[in-house]
Amino acid sequence: MPTVKSLDDLKKIREEALKKQQMKETSGKTEVIVGMGTVGIAAGARETLKAILDMIEEDNLEDIIVRQTGNIGLDSFEPIVQVVLPGKEKVTYGRVNGEMARKIIKQHILGGEIVKEYQIEG
Amino acid sequence: MRELALHILDIAENSISAGASRIRISVEENLDKDRLTITIEDNGKGMDAETLAKITDPFITSRTTRKVGLGIPFFKAAAESCEGHFKIQSQPGHGTTVTAEFKRSHIDRMPLGDLAGTLQTLIIGTPDVHWIFDYCINDEVFHFDDEPIKEILDGVPLSEPSVMRYIRDTLRTGIDDLRQDAGVPTNQ
Repeated sequence: MPTVKSLDDLKKIREEALKKQQMKETSGKTEVIVGMGTVGIAAGARETLKAILDMIEEDNLEDIIVRQTGNIGLDSFEPIVQVVLPGKEKVTYGRVNGEMARKIIKQHILGGEIVKEYQIEG
Repeated sequence: MRELALHILDIAENSISAGASRIRISVEENLDKDRLTITIEDNGKGMDAETLAKITDPFITSRTTRKVGLGIPFFKAAAESCEGHFKIQSQPGHGTTVTAEFKRSHIDRMPLGDLAGTLQTLIIGTPDVHWIFDYCINDEVFHFDDEPIKEILDGVPLSEPSVMRYIRDTLRTGIDDLRQDAGVPTNQ
């Protein structure tokens, strides 16, 4: 079974990551939660989460924790994305596709400004 | 759902809700016997015989906001419409195993789809669970276990961009190489 990267590569990745952590001050982490109930999955939540992970990876965004959760109970607004900035209240966004997710990361997570037109009452 | 990988994601979510700490997903393509089998096995809280008997009923659900739970009935219907069968085994306190088998070449058999994407979603989105993935095509296997990875990382989070890249590449390459070696096109 050919593998592109070995566990040795992973050890190097770990060392780099630890070095980076040492150089930074610890700031709080932002949490991004994507609803992954049956309705969410059917509405494309996996693609939304992938877009978020891709952007984090591409732009090397640090201190963002992405989690998935089950059905939130707002089926007609799926896919649902919730954002919790350190020390701030949870903000719930509805009908979020990949493109909207990228805008939310840029404007809300990186820019600190809630994207009101996507926001729903959570 | 248009991909089997999305059904897998959906059932694995059930396992997470059942409090599983270990979830094993297995996909077996037997090209000679023309069968495709998907198994999702967890060590969650399990179901008693009464619940198990009713679980494929769309009006049975653990949800409190609605009275409908479609994930299992839909997956069962998908398997049965492809000359396949669907089976759930469960025991309270021991866990649950869901098995869906399909006639691989059946005209209605939806594609496997983005397995790597589903696995990435599960592994990174629920890092507290021990994830195991086995993908077999005939006798060739791609085996993925996130435990050795987490051991080496020793506290470095999975959401670290370079770690996500590693996991993504390992999954994508493992799956693509296996399919290529077996002569299976990527869109099936």
